[in-house]
Amino acid sequence: MTQGQASGRGEVSIRDLSKSFSLNGRALNVLRGLDLHVESGQCLAIVGASGSGKTTLLRILAGLEAADSGDVLVDGAPIHGVGSERAVIFQEPRLLPWLTVIRNVAFPLEVRGVSATEAADRARHYLRLVGLLDFSEAYPAQLSGGMAQRVGIARALAVQPELLLLDEPLGALDAMTKMTMQEELTRIWSEEHVTMVLVTHDLEEAVYLADRVLVLPKHKGGVIRTIDVDLPRPRDRSEPRFVALRQSLLAEFGLH
Amino acid sequence: MSIIESEQSGAFRRSKSDTPFSAGLAEKAVAGLARLGSRYGVLIAFLVFWQVASEAGWLNPAVFPPLDKIISALWNGIAGGFLLDDVAISLQRAGIAFSAAVIIGIPLGLFMGQVKAVEHSLDPILQLFRQTSALALYPVFILLLGLGEASKVFVIFWATLFPTLLATIGGVKQADPKLIEMARVYGASRLTIFRRVVLPGAVPSIFVGLRLSATTALLLLIAAEMIGANSGVGFQVMNAQYNFQIPLMFAAILLLAILGLGANYALERLQGRLCRWNQLSR
Repeated sequence: MTQGQASGRGEVSIRDLSKSFSLNGRALNVLRGLDLHVESGQCLAIVGASGSGKTTLLRILAGLEAADSGDVLVDGAPIHGVGSERAVIFQEPRLLPWLTVIRNVAFPLEVRGVSATEAADRARHYLRLVGLLDFSEAYPAQLSGGMAQRVGIARALAVQPELLLLDEPLGALDAMTKMTMQEELTRIWSEEHVTMVLVTHDLEEAVYLADRVLVLPKHKGGVIRTIDVDLPRPRDRSEPRFVALRQSLLAEFGLH
Repeated sequence: MSIIESEQSGAFRRSKSDTPFSAGLAEKAVAGLARLGSRYGVLIAFLVFWQVASEAGWLNPAVFPPLDKIISALWNGIAGGFLLDDVAISLQRAGIAFSAAVIIGIPLGLFMGQVKAVEHSLDPILQLFRQTSALALYPVFILLLGLGEASKVFVIFWATLFPTLLATIGGVKQADPKLIEMARVYGASRLTIFRRVVLPGAVPSIFVGLRLSATTALLLLIAAEMIGANSGVGFQVMNAQYNFQIPLMFAAILLLAILGLGANYALERLQGRLCRWNQLSR
């Protein structure tokens, strides 16, 4: 069993990316001429108001949607649809209700033809990592929201992706669980050396987790800004520099 | 966490309650009786009322014979064997029709639920067929298939097919697109998505259809046997009434109720085994 990935993987390059949807016959530009680079092993957070295209960007990276124009490269190769080097953690756990927790984590491995015993071994490893090994034989309906989301995280990690895409993964959790899970994510990220792209509407979460925060403007044609978060981990939410960074992010949205 | 806590508090309760063993047993018995009473009390009262009312003459005993007469007629019929023959032939008719409906309905439903174009163009004619009473079509089936077993089985099959078929289509169509997308992200093929996401998700809905079909099968069985048969439980109900063997008539009716309950119970058990997960979320 190989845990984690060698460094130098999961690098993302996006050049001149555009995407529009047609809404009631009108073309709606969601992303226009976006350039982005995420270094291997980095955690990038994407924040923006609703409708700013942050989720669309993540879905394009996941291969669930195709861009209209521009290049999307992962490790130098253009992506075609979904790929085994990428995994997604959704806002909802999206567990299969008829499978036990361990079978849910093993599901993507079984889909990819990993033998049942190896899939179960790997599933156990990642369930231990998220602290749910004791719940292997439980069904999703027996779990709390936070536990179910941790199973979803274990499932994404079990495929040992180079690029982990997180679509508001903690958005549906209560404040306490959310903070615990943010700490968990930091720990997992540092243990697994995986590149992460995180879409969130929670600015504090962005500052807590990310190396860099990409701010998508509300109005199209506005300036896309990135803010570096140069703070040591584990981060202290009450530290002056943390607070200052959060304030400057709030200011990006005209909030104080 | 909550599981552990509740277990601990449970153990705490147990250690505190050191009432004598016999008192505990009596308490349990009373609780059990109360539970039984709340569930079956009304049924038992109904049966007692029937018996008493019939014997006391509040009800005409020629129309509503006392229960003991009905039970003894049932026993004589079973011991004499003729009611068993009727049950056997009825079960055969309903069984063949129900099996055919399941064998055709589930695969066809799975296919129609998956392929939108097929469902789209077949739905209107299915709705028309479904809304046409099978019994109204029975004369047509008799013309086509004769008065023998084939027309009886076919009319039951016809009515039984639709609940299973439509429930299967519904179950497939309401598959959660978010789960399908999750499977797609992990590289599942269309077939794998169908086999591992769509199909298991449709099972509870399919069972709703199966139970409805089983009820329909028994309903149509009786109707078909009353109209054109010289054997079967439905025939026996009619025949006993013609001959004014009212206890036997009720015995046959009782037998039908038992068949219906039995079929439903069997399907419920099977559903419980196959969809344990679905009961957890209730």
